Amino acid sequence: MTQEVIKNGRFGEYGGQYIPETLMNEIKRLEEAYEFYKNDEEFNKELDTLLKEYAGRPSLLYYAEKMTKDLGGAKIYIKREDLNHTGSHKINNVIGQVLLAKKMGKTRVIAETGAGQHGVATATAAALLGLECEIYMGKLDTERQALNVYRMELLGAKVHPVTSGTMTLKDAVNEAMREWTNRVNDTLYVLGSVMGPHPFPMIVRDFQSVISKEAKEQILEKEGRLPNAVVACVGGGSNSMGMFYNFIGDENVKLIGCEAAGHGIDTDMHAATIAKGSIGVFHGMKSLFCQNDEGQIKEVYSISAGLDYPGIGPEHAYLHETGRAQYVSITDEEAVCAFEYIARTEGIICAIESAHAVAHVMKIAPTMSKDEIIIICLSGRGDKDVAAIARYRGVDLHE
Amino acid sequence: MSRINKAFENKKAFIGFLTAGDPNLEKTEEYVLKMVQAGADLIEIGIPFSDPIAEGIVIQEANIRALSAATTVEKVFEQVKSIRRKTEVPLVFLTYLNPVFHYGYDAFLARCKECGIDGIIIPDMPYEERGEILDIAAKYDVDIISMIAPTSEERIGMIASKAKGFVYVVSSLGVTGVRSEIKTDLESIVEVIKKNTDIPTAIGFGISTPEQAKHFSQFADGVIVGSAIVKIIAKYGENAGDELYNYVKSMKDAIL
Repeated sequence: MTQEVIKNGRFGEYGGQYIPETLMNEIKRLEEAYEFYKNDEEFNKELDTLLKEYAGRPSLLYYAEKMTKDLGGAKIYIKREDLNHTGSHKINNVIGQVLLAKKMGKTRVIAETGAGQHGVATATAAALLGLECEIYMGKLDTERQALNVYRMELLGAKVHPVTSGTMTLKDAVNEAMREWTNRVNDTLYVLGSVMGPHPFPMIVRDFQSVISKEAKEQILEKEGRLPNAVVACVGGGSNSMGMFYNFIGDENVKLIGCEAAGHGIDTDMHAATIAKGSIGVFHGMKSLFCQNDEGQIKEVYSISAGLDYPGIGPEHAYLHETGRAQYVSITDEEAVCAFEYIARTEGIICAIESAHAVAHVMKIAPTMSKDEIIIICLSGRGDKDVAAIARYRGVDLHE
Repeated sequence: MSRINKAFENKKAFIGFLTAGDPNLEKTEEYVLKMVQAGADLIEIGIPFSDPIAEGIVIQEANIRALSAATTVEKVFEQVKSIRRKTEVPLVFLTYLNPVFHYGYDAFLARCKECGIDGIIIPDMPYEERGEILDIAAKYDVDIISMIAPTSEERIGMIASKAKGFVYVVSSLGVTGVRSEIKTDLESIVEVIKKNTDIPTAIGFGISTPEQAKHFSQFADGVIVGSAIVKIIAKYGENAGDELYNYVKSMKDAIL
């Protein structure tokens, strides 16, 4: 089912190319280049080598025995994207896109970043492959994530603090798009999630689908059967799309995305686009967005900077509409509890984003039988979040 | 003959842009009428949007000021209706697609007709995505204005041959904003457009001085000025009327 849903860059009604004319030829060139290179033997060989030798793939599929026993229901496996180089799934996509940029003859990449994970990953791939790199990051985020700013600079990238609008991720995307219209010829915009104008949602999904490709092989090898559910967090939706993709055709595998409910979806402080958003057109795509009665994009909130985005990728909007995937909302408090739980139970400090998926598994695993299987996509490691969690718990840290 | 066609009849057109609701809607009406008095042939009214991705900092800030002044789409329509009672100048909206989509295409375009809007420019709706709105716009006699950019290359013919109202030629890469130098070979672009359509062409993005206006009006049918006007409004706030008049007059005189 997955291949035929894309028609003219759309998943059902969602997707499209709602961008300024200035970018149209460039986005068509990107589409053509991608269609060529995705079937090019040499490109795929280089990509595979980089993923294996540099990013550390395949990532482990780990049986979380203590968590399984403690929750007393379904058998829980964890797909360890946190063990990748740079500490999250973001590297899967950027290696692919930066390699593609190089093949297209580009000498420079730009990217947006929220918490800094995608920015760090892009800066890393650009350093490795020898491209100039500039990162757009909301000024508020540069202050909240000063360490990641310095990391990107160590990697040779230039970081531009974005002072327009709400000074967060959506404004960083705005500014990266503006900069792309300014320098289309030598620059590729390396988008960090399954969002934006076609072909980005498809390209990012394809590069992230390595997660479910491996997970499927690994679970078949370990258990001889498919899981009953796969669970991942959703902001723009790249790790979840990667985790879902190769299971979409397996209708008995439940696909569950976990959105950030922040202080609760009945407050104004959340980033739960599927629960509370509505259809609109923004950042190059028709999809679901948090917006007001006037079609103005709303400011969103989550303790997790990586889920703090007012939209969702168009393929998720489609999977939601068709009912193929289910989306739930997880509050800050639930995510922080899950963050602490998995640290104590399994000895894994996970990203606060990923903790949203863990929190949902803590709810559903006990309701499932012992011969059922859940895979959690643990999208990133949590070193970056330790200080924020301490603050959340009222602990005053000094370095 | 439509109001837009008349704006270009036997003359070069000066097109002025401002953001509705900056600093408030009453002033928007006053400033539109001032610009018309000073000789503006067509007025572009920007509907403020939270995330205007094709705008430079000057117009971004105007959007923020307008939204902070509680400007809504409905209030903009009401003010346009009032402006229309006082002038026959062609009025076009510049808006991002989401506020239109959210209002509902049919309802929005019906209101445009009712209030006297002649066309709409939607910077984030390229040629390929116009299908969903084109027939509805035609039903209400609202022209969807097409944009052509320095990167459009072989797309120029396709876009120009289907264009309505006037063709908006984007002078430069990047976003809106005053530029001291425009290097694009616009004469060649306009030439290709002219081969594909009889409707007028107007050049915008970056134009602020009478010299630039004069230069571009030698081969295009009009020039569009946004950021330079918005800067005057930003500087003088509620007392920008005379400054706007003088500025628009100097620009219009340069292209006569």
